[in-house]
Amino acid sequence: MKEKLHQLKLKYQGKKMAPAFNALHTFLYTPNETTHSGGHVRAVDDLKRTMNTVILALVPCLLFGIFNAGYQHYSAINGFPTDFSVMEHFITWDNFWLGAITVLPLVIVSYGVGLLIEFIFAVIKGHEVEEGYLVTGMLVPLIIPVDTPLWMLAVAVAFGVIIGKEVFGGTGMNILNPALTIRAFLFFAYPTWMSGDKVWVHGAKEGMTQAGSTDAISGETILGYLAQGNASEFSYSLSDMFFGFIPGSVGETSTFLILLGGLFLIFSKIASWRIMVSAVLGSLAMGLIFNGVVDAGWIPDYSKFYGLMQFDFWKHLIVGGLAFGIVYMATDPVTGSQTNKGKWVYGFLIGFISVMIRVFNPGYPEGVFLAILLMNVFAPTIDHYVVQGNVRKRMKRLKNATIFPKPSDGKAEELKAETV
Amino acid sequence: MSKDIRIKKGLNINLVGAAEQNTSKAVLSNVYALNLDDFHGITPKLLLKEGSEVKAGEPIFYNKNIEEMQFVSPVSGEIVEVIRGARRRILTIKILADKEQGFHVSKTLDLDSVDAETVRKTLLQSGCWPFIKQRPYDIIANPDATPKAIFVSAHATAPLAANVDYALKGKEAELQAAITALGKLTPGKIHVSVGDTSSSIFAAVNGVTLHKVSGPHPSGLVGTQINKIDPINKGEMVWTISPQDLVIMGEFLLTGKFNAERVVALAGSAVKSPKYYTTKIGAEISTFLYASGVNDEKFRLINGDVLTGHKTAPDGHLGFYNNTVTAIPEGDDYEFFGWNKPVFNKISSTRALTFSWLNKNKKYDLDTNTNGEHRAFVVTGKYEEVFPLDIYPLQLLKACMVKDLDEMEQLGLYEVAPEDFSLTEFICISKQPHQQIIREGLDLMYQEIG
Repeated sequence: MKEKLHQLKLKYQGKKMAPAFNALHTFLYTPNETTHSGGHVRAVDDLKRTMNTVILALVPCLLFGIFNAGYQHYSAINGFPTDFSVMEHFITWDNFWLGAITVLPLVIVSYGVGLLIEFIFAVIKGHEVEEGYLVTGMLVPLIIPVDTPLWMLAVAVAFGVIIGKEVFGGTGMNILNPALTIRAFLFFAYPTWMSGDKVWVHGAKEGMTQAGSTDAISGETILGYLAQGNASEFSYSLSDMFFGFIPGSVGETSTFLILLGGLFLIFSKIASWRIMVSAVLGSLAMGLIFNGVVDAGWIPDYSKFYGLMQFDFWKHLIVGGLAFGIVYMATDPVTGSQTNKGKWVYGFLIGFISVMIRVFNPGYPEGVFLAILLMNVFAPTIDHYVVQGNVRKRMKRLKNATIFPKPSDGKAEELKAETV
Repeated sequence: MSKDIRIKKGLNINLVGAAEQNTSKAVLSNVYALNLDDFHGITPKLLLKEGSEVKAGEPIFYNKNIEEMQFVSPVSGEIVEVIRGARRRILTIKILADKEQGFHVSKTLDLDSVDAETVRKTLLQSGCWPFIKQRPYDIIANPDATPKAIFVSAHATAPLAANVDYALKGKEAELQAAITALGKLTPGKIHVSVGDTSSSIFAAVNGVTLHKVSGPHPSGLVGTQINKIDPINKGEMVWTISPQDLVIMGEFLLTGKFNAERVVALAGSAVKSPKYYTTKIGAEISTFLYASGVNDEKFRLINGDVLTGHKTAPDGHLGFYNNTVTAIPEGDDYEFFGWNKPVFNKISSTRALTFSWLNKNKKYDLDTNTNGEHRAFVVTGKYEEVFPLDIYPLQLLKACMVKDLDEMEQLGLYEVAPEDFSLTEFICISKQPHQQIIREGLDLMYQEIG
């Protein structure tokens, strides 16, 4: 096998299809490439391993999302179980089967379309297939509503990969997070599908009816209830929110598993803990400000923002996509801030703005993806000021420069005058 | 005023095959060679033709741009071959050694009374000058400039590098002579950095400012020490020289003879019994390599340490600046699912199913496999963990890649040499050639501004 593939690789070398073949080959075997410039040894980490680690951290969210899709669907039809037990009502074959046939097609379409485009671009441009899409392709199905039509997803993925990434030069060169570009495209291109209370639970769109009544089932998210000022209508307990037995995008609901994934990424040193910590602080800060405004009585309780503003500041972290965004999306190294100091500012502002948009967005009560995209745009600016700090330090030092005249000419003094 | 330098950011790469502290005399090499790649940026002009007889220490060629800078033969014998490459560029000069070595003897100086100009002239003519390197640009020092300080690192932290204290044993007089002479060339200080636990013979040398260095690699790189002791500003000049070259320079100043002999560490997991050898600059590596024996059929022989050395072969020759020769296995093999399996036998800067963080002192047998393909820069924040200089490494690399001279200058390119980026290159997840990028950046800068 190894030998055969090696012969094939030599055969394809320099041909148009070489990148496509190499992508599959290097998936099976790490290449036989040896160092040829600079140092003669290299550490074991490569981009594939890095991306693979992020995917590992996402798998629990995906599995949970599959069960939750089924659970939410059957609960919406049959009513929520009164004495909920995880084994009895959640991890069931029915839930899994329904979740699998609704969620896995999303995964397949996301990877299929995205990787096809990556391969085509690699062949056209003659570079290797880079691994960035391995994570993007996994993130996309987890941040969209379960009933997103597959064709919409395919169009959005094509847009996100081509306009969001490939036109900038591919992995490592993009300005905006491709997964969020795809999410934003879905949101702005098909707003009637993507918002409201009908897409979060499988079957709600087709108007399936609740057992024994003629009302169509509703799959409103917690944020949706809050935005409409119907905070009293939802019956989810705190542990439902934390462990994720609530409606929402496929993979975003379980704060518990996201927390575990985040800890794994921090431990494995793949994702930046600075961004995660500062984003949590930022969202708490904004939440506290809103709570303060409510406590001070500056906002009447009939205001349409009242519902979300009076929501306890720390609960923002366990509903909606905030936790998922902070752990898996804000930490994208390509689109995020690149300096360690910058990461603190970048993360803080993501948390801060997420909660702000969440409260003030009239059409759609979620702001994480918009906040991260906004900060993606500002990340280079943040970095610029951080790096300028270093440059200024160097300039300051320059004033004490000791430049000796060259024996051959007396220009050194002038040179010093010029540089200071 | 000495300063203790404590380095926190960095990474010790512990490899198997460290040289045992036991020195043998290497078999005399028949042919010696000067590899012109060692002298970066020099345009050589030959003084002697193929077939001429030379004595050890006799000039063979000079620098076309600075004509008084001469390069001398390490041995006496006959110039048998001048190997040229594309556009007749000289690559290697080979000298067939005489059985009886004759020296080209120069007048010795009275080091206490001599003036700077004489020292400068003598060193330039003697062939000792090329041992002195300058920063910015990491090239052979421009004799026309006055350095604000001279830096010597007597603390080797690079993987498998020769132990400086061991290699310098008994060379006090030579070191003192060289330091005294160099002291005339700078109005500033001569900073010598030693390991915090070592009993370096530099403690007994007058005219130096001693610094104690501790912490992981790259604390032993002179670039790290410069950055912590007295960083280079635009327009400033510092010189660096390695201790083993001070010995050759010192012996020349004392005796008038250019004796190219030095103690070399032969190390690496591909060597059967790694140890030290006494040999000469330009000696064929096989003269001591096979005395120690090799383990593998396929190995990579490196002139220098594994992070900064140059690839060579058993019939290659010891480099002008090298005191370490390393042999490690070649890694030109595929590994099934090598990118997602847990890894225990390789070094990693992460914990992504890699387990080198469990035991920091474990020794590894690394090969030359890149462990992945070249990619665009993706991951951020990793280089900073092993880069102790007050410089943004990723930003500087990118500035070099886009050839933005202003930014290169502002971000501190004057302060660095390619070797300072050897550790970031080692851990680079995108497998980017950092040292090459920095070298090209420095060359561009030298050409445009220098």
